[in-house]
Amino acid sequence: MATTLAPVLTDTWDADRSWTLSAYEDAGGYRGLRRALGMQAADVVTMVKDSGLRGRGGAGFPTGMKWGFLPAPDGGPRYLVVNADESEPGTCKDIPLMMASPQHLIEGMIITSYAIGCHHAFLYVRGEVVHVYRRLLRAIEEARAAGYLGTNILGSGFDLEITLHSGAGAYICGEETALLDSLEGLRGQPRLKPPFPAVAGLYARPTVVNNVESIASVPGIVRGGADWFKGMGTERSTGHGLFSLSGHVTRPGQYEAPLGITLRELLDMAGGIREGHQLKFWTPGGSSTPIFTAEHLDVPLDYESVGAAGSMLGTRALQIFDETTSVVRAVTRWTEFYKHESCGKCTPCREGTYWLVQVLKRIEGGQGTHADIDLLLDLCDNILGRAFCALGDGATSPITSAVQYFREEFEAGTHTPADVLFPPEHSSLFTYAPRRGRAALAGVHA
Amino acid sequence: MTITSSGPTTATPLVPAAPAPAAPEPTDTVTFEIDGLETTVPKGTLVIRAAEQVGIQIPRFCDHPLLAPAGACRQCLVEVWAPGRDGNLAKMPKPQASCTLEATPGMQVKTQHTSAEADKAQHGVMELLLVNHPLDCPVCDKGGECPLQNQAMSNGRATTRFVDVKRTFPKPIAISTQILLDRERCVLCQRCTRFSEEVAGDVWIDLQKRGAQQQIGTFDTDVLGFAGDTPVGASTQDTSGRPFASYFSGNTVQICPVGALTSAAYRFRSRPFDLVSTPGVAEHDSQGSAIRVDHRRGVVLRRLAGDDPVVNQEWITDKDRFAFTWQSAPDRITTPLVRNAAGELEPASWIEALDVAAAGLRAAQAPSDPRETAVGLAALPGGRLTLEDAYAWSKFARVALGTNDVDGRARPHSAEEEAFLGHHVAGRTLEVTFGDLVAAPAVLLVGLELEEEAGIAFLRVREQVVKKRTRVLSVAPLASRGLERLSGTLLAAAPGTEAEVLDGIVAGADDVLGDAAAALAAEGAVVLVGERLASSPGAYSAALRLAARTGARLAWVPRRVGERAAVETGLLPSLLPGGRPVADSGARVDIAAVWGVEHLPGEPGRSAGEILAAARAGLLGGLVVGGLEPADLPDPAIAREALDRVPFLVSLEVRRSEVTDRADVVLPVAPPVEKPGTFVTWEGRPRPFTQALTSHFLPDHRVLDRLADALGVELGTGSLTAVHAELDQLGGWDGARVDAPDVPAAEPPAVAAGTAVLATWHQLLDEGRLQSGEPFLAGTAKQPVARVSAATAASVGATDGGAIAVSTDAGTITLPVVVTDMPDLVVWLPTNAPGSAVRDTLHADAGDLVRIAAAPGALTREETGTGQDAGRSAHEEVGA
Repeated sequence: MATTLAPVLTDTWDADRSWTLSAYEDAGGYRGLRRALGMQAADVVTMVKDSGLRGRGGAGFPTGMKWGFLPAPDGGPRYLVVNADESEPGTCKDIPLMMASPQHLIEGMIITSYAIGCHHAFLYVRGEVVHVYRRLLRAIEEARAAGYLGTNILGSGFDLEITLHSGAGAYICGEETALLDSLEGLRGQPRLKPPFPAVAGLYARPTVVNNVESIASVPGIVRGGADWFKGMGTERSTGHGLFSLSGHVTRPGQYEAPLGITLRELLDMAGGIREGHQLKFWTPGGSSTPIFTAEHLDVPLDYESVGAAGSMLGTRALQIFDETTSVVRAVTRWTEFYKHESCGKCTPCREGTYWLVQVLKRIEGGQGTHADIDLLLDLCDNILGRAFCALGDGATSPITSAVQYFREEFEAGTHTPADVLFPPEHSSLFTYAPRRGRAALAGVHA
Repeated sequence: MTITSSGPTTATPLVPAAPAPAAPEPTDTVTFEIDGLETTVPKGTLVIRAAEQVGIQIPRFCDHPLLAPAGACRQCLVEVWAPGRDGNLAKMPKPQASCTLEATPGMQVKTQHTSAEADKAQHGVMELLLVNHPLDCPVCDKGGECPLQNQAMSNGRATTRFVDVKRTFPKPIAISTQILLDRERCVLCQRCTRFSEEVAGDVWIDLQKRGAQQQIGTFDTDVLGFAGDTPVGASTQDTSGRPFASYFSGNTVQICPVGALTSAAYRFRSRPFDLVSTPGVAEHDSQGSAIRVDHRRGVVLRRLAGDDPVVNQEWITDKDRFAFTWQSAPDRITTPLVRNAAGELEPASWIEALDVAAAGLRAAQAPSDPRETAVGLAALPGGRLTLEDAYAWSKFARVALGTNDVDGRARPHSAEEEAFLGHHVAGRTLEVTFGDLVAAPAVLLVGLELEEEAGIAFLRVREQVVKKRTRVLSVAPLASRGLERLSGTLLAAAPGTEAEVLDGIVAGADDVLGDAAAALAAEGAVVLVGERLASSPGAYSAALRLAARTGARLAWVPRRVGERAAVETGLLPSLLPGGRPVADSGARVDIAAVWGVEHLPGEPGRSAGEILAAARAGLLGGLVVGGLEPADLPDPAIAREALDRVPFLVSLEVRRSEVTDRADVVLPVAPPVEKPGTFVTWEGRPRPFTQALTSHFLPDHRVLDRLADALGVELGTGSLTAVHAELDQLGGWDGARVDAPDVPAAEPPAVAAGTAVLATWHQLLDEGRLQSGEPFLAGTAKQPVARVSAATAASVGATDGGAIAVSTDAGTITLPVVVTDMPDLVVWLPTNAPGSAVRDTLHADAGDLVRIAAAPGALTREETGTGQDAGRSAHEEVGA
C-alpha cells in the first residue's frame, strides 16, 4: 500500500494568513494546551514518551526520555531552549514551518514548559532569517495578548515567558551546547560534556534543548494522544515528519508524511526527477549524512532503515541530484561550507576541513593525483570520531560516501576538470550565469 | 636552619623550614588499567594524569594541570574499554581525549603504546596541527624546548603529505609592549586565554574569528575588521597607551606549547640549549616565588616560573619574570670606592676601603674631641636582605657598632608597628601560610592590595574565590580592580580611619561590618594586614583586637622580600633575633652567649626615622647603610639632609644610588643572582636559593664579616655554613614577647575646603629601582591616574578625564582624574608611578592632608608616562 501524506504541522499552511493566531485557533489550535494544563505535568511527559516521538533535529533521540533526564526540581529555574538555528545545507523544514505556522511551535513550547516545570523558555533562531524572527516576535506577542503566555495561563496558575533570541549566524550554534554558550552571550563553541544540558545547561541550570519540529509536534500528540501518533510511521520511528525535497525534482517542497515512507513514493508525489533526467545521488538528511544513490530509492525513511543502509535519517533534507551533476563538485561545495563554518575549537575539524577543501579543489580542477583519493579517505578517517563535536564527523560523511559510490569520478579528477565532465549549465535549473572567476575557468575547459 | 645544618642541634632553628605537606586525606579511589598496568588513583582523576603517574606520557597541548580541561587539541586521544551496564567490557566507539576523561573502575585504557587506533589518531592530529604551522623552528625562540617540536618527533609522521597552501598571518603582533603573538605558530590550544580568564582574571586576550582563521587576539579593531565605532567601556590603559594587559601576562608565554607567545625581552636572544638553568627565588616581593634563572656565559637572559605547589604553583608575576636587568645594570658598582681628599669617590682595593671604613667608624664611635656632639653609630640595612645577610647586619650593629640603632624598615613606619611586629610576628613563623589562605573561608585585607603588593597570594586566593570557597573583604579607601576580581566586599575606610572601621567589625552590627564579623568568625578565617598600616595610628592595635574578638588568624604581609627576614633576625631597634626583646635581660644573655660577647646594648635603639632625624641634627657620628633609597622614606628631603650631614657614611650597595653618592666608603655587594642565600616569605618560610652566576662579588654577610674584622671584631658570618650553624644554635625564643601595642585611633583630621586626605599605595609595576632597564615591562604598567569621588571632583571643579593637581608645600603632582566610587575628601595617587613620586614630590604619605585643585586641560599620555618609549622600542624590535 502506498504511503500517503500525513499533514499535521503543514495542515493549515494553505489557509489565508495561516501564520496568525486566529487562523491557528480556527484550525483547532491551542486545544492541546488546554488539555495539557488539565493534566499532571508528569502525565504529559509520559504521554510524549509513549508516543515514541524522537528528536527531529537529526540525532533522533527520544524526546520524552530527554525530558525525563532532568533532575528533580530543586526550587531553582529550569529552562526549555528551542533550537531554531537551522543552517545545514539542504535542510529547510523549520524555517518554512515557523513562517507558515509559528503558533504550532509556540503552543508546543508552552506545553513542554508546563511538562518540565520551566517558566522561562528561549527560542534561538538563526540570525540570517530576519523575516522569521519578525514573524515569531509577532506570534509571541499575539499569544501573550491572548493569555497563552504570561502569568496564570488560562487560569491554570502556570506562568511562562518566551524570549526570542536571534543568533549571529554560525552553523556551530546549532550544536546544543554551543547554542547555550551563544545564548549566554559567550563565544559559540561546544562545551565539554558531561555535564549534559539536562544537568547543567543554560546558566548552569537543568535545560532541555529541542528542535523546532520536535516541539511543534507536541500539541498534536497531546490533542490526539500517543496512540494516534504511534499510528503513523514505523514501530520505532513513529509519527509524522517533514520531508524537504530540493534539487532536480519536478515539484520541490515540504512533504509531511509518516516516517518510513520511501523516496520513490515521495518522488511520485513530487512529480519525479526533472523531465528527461535520472536520479544520480541524494542525501537522506542533509549534507552531513552519507549520500544515497538510485539503489536506495526503496529504503524506508525511518531512523533504523536508513541507518542500516549506511546513512542517517538526519533532518530529512532530501537533496536530489540527477546525472548532470558532478559528485566531486557537490562534495567540494559542501566541504567548503564545513571549512567556512568550522568553529575552530578542535584541531581535526579546523585543520582537516581546511586541508580537505584544497585536495578536493585540486580534484575538481582535474589536477588531482592518484594519492589524493587515499589521502582524502585517510584525512576523513583522522577527523571522524576525533573531533570535539559531531560537526567534524558530519564533514566527512559526504566525502567518504561519495568516494564509495563514485570513485571513478574522483579518479577522473586526476586528468579532467569536473566542469568538463559535467558542464554546470546542464545541471542548472535556471539560465546558467556563472559568477565571475568561475566563468573564466569554465570557458577554458568548454 | 635545616638547609645546610649538620651536627646535632637542640633548639628549633631560628627560621625553621616548612614541614612537608601532609598527605591528602584518603578519598574514594578508582582502580583501572593503562596499557595493562593496573593503577589506583583518587576518584575524579583524569586518565592523562593517571598515566603520568605510572610513567606513560600521552602527548598533549591544551591540557594543563592547573587549568580546567578543554579537550580542544585532541592530541591525547586514547582507546578506551569500559564495563557496560551488563558488566562486560566494551570498546568506546571513538577514541577518547584522555585530558577530559575521568578514570572509572574497571576501565582499560590503551595509549599509543598498545593501541594502533590511538597511535593513528595521534599521528593524524599531529599532522593536522602542522598543516598551518609555519615550521620555522630554526628561527623560533621555542625551538629546542617546544612541546610541538618534541611531540611531532615522538608522535608524528616523519614526512608531510601536505603540499598545499598554508594559512598565513603577518608576523608577530605586539599584544602589549612585552608580549608578542605570532598567530601562524599558534595551535589554538587556548592555554593562554584560559589562564587569563581562570587564573589571573584578566581577559585581555581571547579567541576571535573561526575555523582556520581562528586566532588569539586583543580587541584590536584592525584585526577584527571594525571600522569607525570602537567599543565603549572603561578599559584601563597601560603606560604604552594600549588597553591594560595583566600583571601575570608572562605566564602565558611560559605555558604556550608552541612559539606563538614570546616576550619582547627574550625574543631572538638565545637558544634554549645554550642556556644554563639555575633554580632561584624571586627578589621582588615577600611571596618567595620559585623561579628558574636561565643564563649564558655570565649573562641572565630570562627567568621562568619554577614549580612549587605550596607557594607559587607554576605562576609568577611579570615583575618576578622580567625585572632582572637591574642586577647587571651599567651603574653596578664594581670595586670598593673611597672618597679622596678632593671629595670624589675613587676605586680602591678592598683592604684600603675596609681600613678607611673601619677608621672612620671607630672615630665616629669615640671621637677624639670630647665636645663632639655627632657621636655614635647606626645602621640602616634596607628591606631586601636575605636571612643570612639580615642576620649579619643585626649582629654587626650590636657587636661591631655596639648599638641597637638598627632598623630595616626603609618605608613609613611607626613605634606601634614595631611593637606589633615584636609581639605578633617575630619568631612566629609559618603560623599562617599560603595553605591557610587557600583553606580560609574568609580573608580580610587591611591596608593591603593583594594584586599590587602580593601577587602570588592574589592568585592563590583568587583560585579559591573562583571555586566559591573563599570570601574576600577589604578595608581600603576604594575597591581596586584587583579586589573586584576577587569578588571582594569593600569596607570603605578613608586613610587613617582603618582602626575605627576594624573596631566596628563586631558581631550583630546590622550593616556590612556585622556581615564581616560573621564571616571572620568562621573556622579558619584569616586577616592579612599590610605594611601600610604603619601610617594609620591605632590600626595594628585594632587588628590585634579584631583577631582576638573573632578568632580569625592574623598575618602580616609586607611588600619587600627582606621584611620578614629583618623581623626574624632583629633588624628592629627593640628586637633581637628570634623575637627576643632587647629590653629582656634574659634574651640579651641568651644572644650574648651565642655571640660570645660580654654584653649587648640594653637600651632599645632608635627607629629609622629617629636615626635620620638625629643625623640631620648633627647628633650621629656614623651611619652604615644597605640597599636603601631615600625616596622610599616618608620624607626623602630629611633623609637626604641626614645623609649629607652625617660625618661618616658607609654604603653597601649593588648599584650607584643617592646613598653611594654621599658615602665616604662604598663597598660593593652581590645581587641575588650572584650569591646563595635564603629569602624568607611573609609566612616566615625559608626559601633557600643557590648562586646562579659565577661572581667575585660578596654577599652582605661576608662584607660585614670583613668590615667587622677591620674593626677588630670577629663577626663569624664569613660563610653561609657559619651563619646557618649560628642560626641553628640560636634557635627560637620561648620567653616573654614584646607587649602588644595599644594605640588609640587618631581623630580624623579636619578637612578644609580644597584639601583632601591622601590615599596611596605602590603599584606592582612602577618606577622602582629593581625594574630599571626593562622598557618592555614598563610599558605594561598601569597608566598613572588620580582617583577621587564624584563629589570631591566636583568640589574642586575637576572632571573625569580632566586633570587634578595634588600639592603640599613641598611640591605638586598632576595626573588625569578617574572619578571613582570612594569616600569623599580623599584623593588616591600611585605611590611611585611615573610622574607620581608621592613621597619625593609631596613629602607626604597615606593619611596626610594635601591640597587638590583642578589642573588646566586634560593630560595626554605623552605628558604623563615614560612608556611611550617602551612601546616604540617594542615595535622596533618586532620589525627588526
